[in-house]
Amino acid sequence: MRKLVLIVLVVFLSVSAFSTIKVGAILPMTGGVAAFGQMIWQGVQLANELFPQVLGQEIEIVLLDNNSDKVQAVNTTRRAIEQDKVVAIIGQVISSNTIAGGTVAEESGVAMVSPSSTNPLVTQDRKYVSRVCFSDPFQGVAAALLAFNNMGAKNVAVFVDVEQDYAVGFANFFKDTAIELGGTVFYEYYKSGDQDFTAQISDALSKNADAFFIPGYYQEIALIAIQARQLGFYDPIIAGDGAAVPETIEIGGAAVNGLYFTTHYDSGSPAVTDNAKLFVEAYTKKYGEAPGTFTALGFDTYLVIRDAIERAGSTDREAIAQAVRQTKDFPAVTGIITINESGDAIKSVAIVKIENGKFVYDTTINP
Amino acid sequence: MDPKTLLQNFVNGLSLGSLYALIAIGYTMVYGILRLINFAHGDIFMMAAYFTFFFVTLTQLPWYFAAIFAIASAAVLGFGVDRIAYKPIRKAPRISALITAIGVSFFLESLAVVIFSGIPRSFRTIFPQFLNEMIILGGHMEVKYGQEVILGGIRFPIISVVTLIVTAVAIVFLWWFIYKTKIGMAMRSVSVDIPTTSLMGVNVDRIIGMTFALGSALAGVGGILWAVRYPQVWPYMGFIPGMKAFVAAVFGGIGSVPGAVMGGLILGITEVMMVGLFPGAAGYRDAFAFFILIIILSVKPSGLLGKPELVKV
Repeated sequence: MRKLVLIVLVVFLSVSAFSTIKVGAILPMTGGVAAFGQMIWQGVQLANELFPQVLGQEIEIVLLDNNSDKVQAVNTTRRAIEQDKVVAIIGQVISSNTIAGGTVAEESGVAMVSPSSTNPLVTQDRKYVSRVCFSDPFQGVAAALLAFNNMGAKNVAVFVDVEQDYAVGFANFFKDTAIELGGTVFYEYYKSGDQDFTAQISDALSKNADAFFIPGYYQEIALIAIQARQLGFYDPIIAGDGAAVPETIEIGGAAVNGLYFTTHYDSGSPAVTDNAKLFVEAYTKKYGEAPGTFTALGFDTYLVIRDAIERAGSTDREAIAQAVRQTKDFPAVTGIITINESGDAIKSVAIVKIENGKFVYDTTINP
Repeated sequence: MDPKTLLQNFVNGLSLGSLYALIAIGYTMVYGILRLINFAHGDIFMMAAYFTFFFVTLTQLPWYFAAIFAIASAAVLGFGVDRIAYKPIRKAPRISALITAIGVSFFLESLAVVIFSGIPRSFRTIFPQFLNEMIILGGHMEVKYGQEVILGGIRFPIISVVTLIVTAVAIVFLWWFIYKTKIGMAMRSVSVDIPTTSLMGVNVDRIIGMTFALGSALAGVGGILWAVRYPQVWPYMGFIPGMKAFVAAVFGGIGSVPGAVMGGLILGITEVMMVGLFPGAAGYRDAFAFFILIIILSVKPSGLLGKPELVKV
């Protein structure tokens, strides 16, 4: 009996291995930045429903949860490559996780395409790790232009999450441009998971900050905004793409009204490609609401990997990784994606404002 | 720091410390009676916040009913944890119970991830909004962005005053319960000698279970007030507050209820002051709390108000 089960299992596994192409999706489905992972997963699933096949075979997505954690980021990458035998990986989401997991992808020669990691270290000196989003040197410029030129700030308090490569990098690029623009900047520090920011906010107020810039993630952005308003700070609050999830509004409430942030895409912006139209229509039909930024990025990452497999013409990991790097003028949802030799996509930054508890598209800043 | 910022930071610290104090009371009470550091305390705290959230969103009950139900559920959960996890190893060495407590803590966190998902839930609309309104002392009116606003002043939220009042009520209640009721007398007896208490005809397991239930109810109160102040509920929300409450309890002398309150307030104030004085070191605030713990354990292991433990020969 046991033998029979084993034979059936082997036959089943080999059949399934031959009939599908496995692509890993390593996302933070739980933990501190779970909202990003859940949204990206929606986008990947939607893309998989609309474009389920490549090279005449079904694409099977293997979802692994990295728990928003650096150590799990490494473990899950290893598991995807060694155990699940994926041909390429969609992921990871926040920069610190992609930097950690990317080491394994690099060693094993498997393409890892991040939907949303913006820190420059993510792709630096890497041949197999790429991204479909802009990176922080440019996002920092855009955020500084927004703060100092559009909003007229002069002395900005920057709240830096010391645990996140994303926040530290983004803050420094913001600062560089701020100095060029003739403004002053000072840092207040915290770390992921902190809930009380009253001491930092009181310090920023005593230093006469006329705007807050929070290059962090949504939980902390919402809490800092609430406590800043409570402590009597009425000036502008600016954030980065870490604010682009509904949780920012749900937790922040009235305190985040008037918050501006830089992001990758807003469904309210004019659609640039057919895929963008298709995406908004399909999503709205399925969920009855407008799609979010990270959902669009998940959708795009799937399409870029599928396109690379198609151009590679095989399921060879090396060929796919090469093809990802040769992506050129791909009409995606969030813009036209060309992945350059360093593995980055050059894309424009959208500015979005929160108004009466809703994301409202403001402008686009082009590189 | 200018005097105004100093005063504001003192109030900020008091506001944070009052929450630590409230959580530390339950921690210290369970230790005082059972000599067990219940590391799952912070996770019961988290569960109570989730219970409140779901009672309100699913049943549309008013917030005060939901809070009472959630506190009662936390008590039942604490009782259940004792029955399932601690009772079978009652006679094992104390270290086994400690390790089990850590296991229970991880189990509850993971369970919350599986049941409630890892995405933070907003607690903002669960409790009445006025609790997060600020009481402003001083300050001046000014028109900013077309709105009349008050600038400056020393500010603290109403919820912090409520927390201090609840903490005071909890202390009085505990004193009454432990010193004036039969169950309290049995608890005190259990804390001294379990076999003898059992010979007196007391159902020791029931008393220990009730101690956990009471401690968990207090954790539940803390969890709800914490979620009102920092309006998001997520599976790992109890970890750091639980650890801080532990430090506060040790600081005040573990086993001593007034000590725990003092420890919580002092910890909250020093933590905020440290960030205020050294803004560059704000990332180390948790490390700072544990540094305080190490200092206390090496200088005065029994804490501020704790009695040195007598070693039986």
